[in-house]
Amino acid sequence: MTGPRIDLTPSESGDPVTTGTVPPAPGGDPRTQRLLERRRWAGRLRVRSVSSTWRQPSVVFALILLGVWMLAAALAPVVAPFDPVTQSANLYASPSAEHWFGTDELGRDVFSRVVHGARLSLPVAVIIVGVALAIGAVLGLLAGYLGRAADEVIMRVTDLVFAFPQIILAMAVAAAFGPSTRNAVLALIIVSWPTYARVIRSSVLSVRGADYLAASRLLGVGPVMALRRDVVPNAVGPAVVLATLELGNAVLMLAALSFLGLGPRPPAPEWGAMIAAGSRDLSMWWVSVFPGLAILTVVLAFNILGDALRDRLDPRYAKGLS
Amino acid sequence: MTALLDVRHLAVSLPGAGGQVLPVIHDATLQVSRGEIVGIAGESGSGKSMTAQALLGLLPERAQVSGSAVLDGNTELVGRSGRAWRTVRGTRIAMVFQDATAALHPMLTVGRQLTEHMREHLGLDRRAAEARALDLLDRVRIPGGRGALRSYPHQLSGGMRQRVAIASALACEPELLIADEPTTALDVTVQAGILELFDELRRESGLSVLFITHDLGVLAALTVRAYVFYAGRVMESGPTGELLLRPRHPYTAALLHARPHADDSWTLPEDGVTRPDEAAERRTQPLVTIPGSAVSPAAAPPGCPFAPRCAYAEAACTGELPPVTEVRPGHAVACRVLPDLTEVPA
Amino acid sequence: MSALTVDDAAVEYSSRGRGTVRAVDGVSLEVARGQIVGLVGESGCGKSSLARAVAGLEPVASGQVLIDGRPVSPLGWRRRTGQDVRLQMVFQNPYASLNPRRTVGSQVADGLPEGRSSAVRHAEVSRLLDLVGMPADAAARYPHQFSGGQRQRIAIARALAPEPEVLIADEPVTALDASSQAQIVNLLVSLVAELSVGVLFISHDLALVREIADITAVMYLGRIVEMGPTQQVWGAPRHPYTRALIDALPRITEAPRLPVPLRGEVPDAAHVPTGCRFRPRCPVAMDVCTEQPPIITLGPAMAECWLAESARDDDRPSDKH
Repeated sequence: MTGPRIDLTPSESGDPVTTGTVPPAPGGDPRTQRLLERRRWAGRLRVRSVSSTWRQPSVVFALILLGVWMLAAALAPVVAPFDPVTQSANLYASPSAEHWFGTDELGRDVFSRVVHGARLSLPVAVIIVGVALAIGAVLGLLAGYLGRAADEVIMRVTDLVFAFPQIILAMAVAAAFGPSTRNAVLALIIVSWPTYARVIRSSVLSVRGADYLAASRLLGVGPVMALRRDVVPNAVGPAVVLATLELGNAVLMLAALSFLGLGPRPPAPEWGAMIAAGSRDLSMWWVSVFPGLAILTVVLAFNILGDALRDRLDPRYAKGLS
Repeated sequence: MTALLDVRHLAVSLPGAGGQVLPVIHDATLQVSRGEIVGIAGESGSGKSMTAQALLGLLPERAQVSGSAVLDGNTELVGRSGRAWRTVRGTRIAMVFQDATAALHPMLTVGRQLTEHMREHLGLDRRAAEARALDLLDRVRIPGGRGALRSYPHQLSGGMRQRVAIASALACEPELLIADEPTTALDVTVQAGILELFDELRRESGLSVLFITHDLGVLAALTVRAYVFYAGRVMESGPTGELLLRPRHPYTAALLHARPHADDSWTLPEDGVTRPDEAAERRTQPLVTIPGSAVSPAAAPPGCPFAPRCAYAEAACTGELPPVTEVRPGHAVACRVLPDLTEVPA
Repeated sequence: MSALTVDDAAVEYSSRGRGTVRAVDGVSLEVARGQIVGLVGESGCGKSSLARAVAGLEPVASGQVLIDGRPVSPLGWRRRTGQDVRLQMVFQNPYASLNPRRTVGSQVADGLPEGRSSAVRHAEVSRLLDLVGMPADAAARYPHQFSGGQRQRIAIARALAPEPEVLIADEPVTALDASSQAQIVNLLVSLVAELSVGVLFISHDLALVREIADITAVMYLGRIVEMGPTQQVWGAPRHPYTRALIDALPRITEAPRLPVPLRGEVPDAAHVPTGCRFRPRCPVAMDVCTEQPPIITLGPAMAECWLAESARDDDRPSDKH
């Protein structure tokens, strides 16, 4: 198990950074120090989450799957043989050598649309989850760390959001804003941040009772510094795992909104909208099955990774590591 | 007369990660006679709890067990199948654990826990079972009769819960009770009550107990004979008083020195009043520590497992297992050197 | 003058359904530099609440905690500075008292005074680690790479960083195995001598307290019922509860002897008995015990019992059996 530790380069190189609070001689200013701390943190998270977990076959499979999708998204214009929105007279052509996944009701190439769909769905999912996590993390930290009034207010707002089924609320918000990609994203952020806020709050509460936080504060570490060093690093783990799992969910929700006509406007190649179009006549199965498979594989990959990450960050497992 | 429990050359290995075999007990031999409370002492990982689990058939399925353990001269415990254990476990050998809270069902009343057990194993009807449960509560000195039967575990104190657990273990009149650190989680005043209870049960109904503990004081107070385990081996065994007051194994002696000395008496000035400055003569190293840390049976070196930490070890100690010498009748020591331990090592 | 003075401190918790519970009800004690004061009591007696309140982790409901004669302010949203950090704590569970995601060195350095160069801080961390018998390269490692005993050494090094006058050690060896226990106890005792730091040593282990404490205080249901030089408290206990605790200790003796149990149960702190709170379990309770017992002082010792005065005549050292 030397793998995970080797990457903690600052501690191995023997320079003064090893004590963590001591910046290297030239960059004595707090910003450099902060940067170093952050880099070390990020390095640890990356190393812990990947190095020994990636050997599991299911995780390898998920990583390959996601890699393929990311490549597809990045290289969509090169990979896709046709323009995703250009219509043709060749309506409902079944899968063939020319049109691998067939064509849809407007004669557009389904394979090209699925590939371009990744270009839309993946970044949008990342944005939704990223922004929701950021909002949820800040509010969850405030609620958990400050307690009292801040906690009450923030938690009642999350209750308000939780009072409605997530997808119904997202539909209502998206409908109120008007159908567009931007509004669908906004709607999904609005309905999903409270989950992160709740999760982070509860982990902050458990850290707040931790002896190491008490010890830090007794030694004269200020509340803000303690929040940064003792609370945040020990409280974000579950939310990061949740976020990975939620990436798949975001893809699904976006597809659901599009399916209902509340997402990206036609003719944008969105998987959910494509399924909706194909569902009118299921004898032309290829129109909806291929985007459906796209959603399935992406969601599956994110879920496998989220599960693996959870196992990896589980404190019981981390103990076994030592 | 044969012993009630006769364990000879018991060895247990567990399957480890990556297909290796991890020994947890090497060659343990011990006896418990009727009406005797016999102690097993050792640090965590010494194999003392594993011995209990082996005698109750509670080892993981893939554990390898060899040697023999005969109950009452007629029942071999080693090599029993899961089904065959049912005629022994809970009926002929019962167990009391450290954590009574975990041993009791939180949602069932004390009465249900006691009677259900008896109705299943003894085939008693509801009324007979309840009468017997009341009798059991009386035996473990729980006041309150029927009221106590209706209480839930969370309404009881730790000491009372442990008494209920003991009552439950006694329900089927077992021949042998195995108690694994049953007082470790309790306060001393409550512990004293439980120890007294064990002793009363032994005197009144001839109960035989294999009592596992890490506390040498408890060992001394309750048990008549004891076995000291280290790294899965019996280091020393004998009558408890002799074992603890005149130990012959360096490990036993080291354990004794490492504990606070509540035993010897202090002399007081005439008026019974001391001044703080007089009391200030404190040793800077009040406890004698054992160098290093305890090894697990799997990581134990060849030869005497205690040799690397032993102040008296000689070259031969690390090579092969020490011979077992009977220094006095019933007092056996697994040590090659048998040093004079009357002097505390510096 | 005492480094730490606790004057009539009370700690209260309010919980739904039980109202306000006084976990600590008027405790006074002093710890001088270079002195070990042992506070013993059974679970639920309020000793850990007292430890946390004295350290400033919980507010005191009434009374005062003074360090060098100046009141210690409870931990709030402010940074602790100056005098306050000279009171430090060692926690029971070394697996929970070190941040798993920070290096040992960074945590030990937390308590060093500000405004020193990194090289000086680095050297200080090494010195502190050396003081507790840890190698300097431990600084670069993470807590999970160490055993329980080693972690407790690190926790002690960290507590020593601000040069405390008094350490509050709340069951510091309870979570450790026998070998580590003895090592940590010896370390604490030698540090007291070397650094002349005072220790409030909280434990349920009477034998251990007897071994190391200069002063022993016995706590029952939120109050100190007896306190005095260890030798005196042990040799001639004045309070029936102290006697009961001593008699309940299992000992290694030539003739096997069962320890003596104490009847009854510790009452709920929400329903403290009137008068002497030990009365319902006391083997020698009298009518007068329904009234609050007086505090009887005997030289440097005190006991809160109606019989404490007469116990002097009927001298009954516990170790005569």
